[in-house]
This record gives sequence, C-alpha cells and structure tokens, in this order.
Amino acid sequence: MFAAENGLKGDPRLEAISAAIRVVPNFPKKSFMFSRTGIMFQDITTLLLDHKAFKHTIDIFVDRYKDMQISVVAGVEARGFMFGPSIALAIGAKFVPLRKPGKLPGKVISESYELEYGHDRLEMHVDAVEPLERVIIIDDLVATGGTLSAAISLMESQGAEVVECACVIGLPEVKGQHKLKGKPLYVLVEPSGLDEFC
Amino acid sequence: MSGNKEEEDPRINGIKTKIRVVPDFPKKGIMFQDITTVLLDPKAFKDTIDLFVERYRDKNISVVAGIEARGFLFGPPIALAIGAKFVPLRKPKKLPGETIFEEYELEYGNDRLEMHVGAVEAGDRALVVDDLIATGGTLCAAINLLERVGAEVVECACVIELPELQGRQRLKGKPLCMLVEYR
Repeated sequence: MFAAENGLKGDPRLEAISAAIRVVPNFPKKSFMFSRTGIMFQDITTLLLDHKAFKHTIDIFVDRYKDMQISVVAGVEARGFMFGPSIALAIGAKFVPLRKPGKLPGKVISESYELEYGHDRLEMHVDAVEPLERVIIIDDLVATGGTLSAAISLMESQGAEVVECACVIGLPEVKGQHKLKGKPLYVLVEPSGLDEFC
Repeated sequence: MSGNKEEEDPRINGIKTKIRVVPDFPKKGIMFQDITTVLLDPKAFKDTIDLFVERYRDKNISVVAGIEARGFLFGPPIALAIGAKFVPLRKPKKLPGETIFEEYELEYGNDRLEMHVGAVEAGDRALVVDDLIATGGTLCAAINLLERVGAEVVECACVIELPELQGRQRLKGKPLCMLVEYR
C-alpha cells in the first residue's frame, strides 16, 4: 500500500522525497520492449544528497516500525543497504544484508529469482536470522516483486516471520496490491516523471 | 581510535569481539574480516556509528562518500547524524547518470570506482568511509575522485585496518581513523 493511502495523505515530506528522486531515461539500456524500469530509471542517489529528504525517508519508516517489535531489518544489495541500516539502528533491530552470490563469507542459504532475461540469486548468512524473529525487508524500489519474493523465501526458510516489505518507490504495477507473496507491502512514493508515459 | 596512544574507548573492545574472522575467503590464505556479525548486534553497530559521529559532528563535513558495498552500511547513518550528504562510490555501470571514474589496482588487473557528476561540489569537505582498509588502493581512488571535483578530503574512516598492508601510507597524506586493528 502507498503511504499516502495509509495515514500520510498530504504529508509534505512525501512530496519532498518524490521531488528529490531523479529520473534517468534509457538506463540501463534503451528498451525496445515497453519496460518502465528500462525507460525511466528512478535514481535515489539524488535523494541521498538531500539531507532533509533523506532524513524524512528514514523517519517515516522508523515511525511506522518502531512499535512493531521488529527484531530484524533485512536490506537487499546494494541500494537496500543505503536505507536499511539507519532504520535498524533507530528501532534497535539487527541489520541483515541480502547479497548477490559469492559476497558473503560465511555459510549461506540462497534463493533464485527471475530477471527480465534469466535468473539471479540472493544469499543470506545461515546464522543471521532465528526462528520467530519479526522481520522487515527493505529495498529502494519494487517493480515486479521478484527480488522481494526471494527475500521473503529466505526469511521463511529460517522460520522467521516477515511482517512487511518496505520500499521508497513502487511502480504502478504494485498500486492496489497490498500484499506480496501474502506479505504486506508499504511504499512511500510512486515513480517520478511517468506522466507523459501513462 | 586511530592508532594513537590514547586510552581506548571502552566501546571498541565490544565492537572488536563482534567481528567474525573467516579463514580462506575469498581464497586460501586470506583471513576475511566479516562485519556482518557487528550489524547483528544492535549495541555494537550503534557504538560503531556513534564513535564516528562523535568524531566528525563538529568538523563541518558536508559529504560522506561510501565505497560499494560495505561502505554503504556505515556511511549513510553517519551522514544522517552529522547533517551531510551521502554519495555512493560504485563499481562500473551501476550509477545511472553521468559519471567520472578512477582506476585502481587489484592483485591481478585493475578495477574502477565511479561517482556521479554533480554529486560533490568544489569546496565540499568530505569523509570517505569503508568497512576496512587493506592496501589502500580503493580509498586512494576515492580520494582522487573527490579531489578532482574540488572537494577537500578531511579524513578516511574505516572500522578495521590491516596495518601490515600499510594502506595508511597510500592515502595521499590524508589521515585515517580506524576502530580496530587486525594483525
């Protein structure tokens, strides 16, 4: 669900966050198949350059999760790393990085997920999360939900409970979808700069 | 902190005990310093960030630059706490906008570090953050990127230093702040 539909309607912080996100056309490549993520890349690095807007982003997630007994914040490499740790620190939870294959040094479990062409894998250390822990999963953007679904599978394989998935940006595909693999999805803003394509 | 003969802050030992050493990763002979176990301990992680924030909050730092990917775990919380912007320094082709790059040496071959054009401005006072300093090659590339756009690198900050690799000598005269040494 989008934050504006869920208690933050008209919150000026959401507009500041949206305005700080830069749209980069044709990254990573010109897409001949109509693919929103291929045509208008949502660049959050400009949000990180705007200290106030970056702080608003973290504050909104912290306010939402601080009283939900969350013991784990899991962040998807690499842009999930830019948001997740600050949230974890503020709510007193552990931070668990979910990484591309071969990066984590210890014993790992992995889950594969689909890309536009082919597959990739997400890995987690086996000892990072314990059964019955309450988890939120963070990434910068949700498109198809494939990566987040893989992350949910990793958590559930360890007996942990995914309370919610949280993203700064949600593509229109997810509007009206409140759940991902049965888990709630919370999104702050829609993509910038899509008007002329809708 | 920092290899001076000051009394060590009591939080540092708590952080050190949380670092997991993984032998023979990524290859035989390397004792890999795994900081993910520090992130699993909310107090140790908070202490790590607090130690850096306490050091930098009154130094008018306007930019914290973090090196992909483990620099992204420590850099943003520091940036938020001291009121600075956060700039990710990334492997090639990850940043979507116009970039500048700096090459650095690996054991075999080279790699590149990229930064967005316009992220850092002339006159910015910068802190470079990574989880660990080994040979100093990546940090040196980061310093070069920042200086090329006219920023002043105030210091490099790392959780762990491998002093035997003498990375401290490769920072173009910039000071290094580290919390934990591994020999």
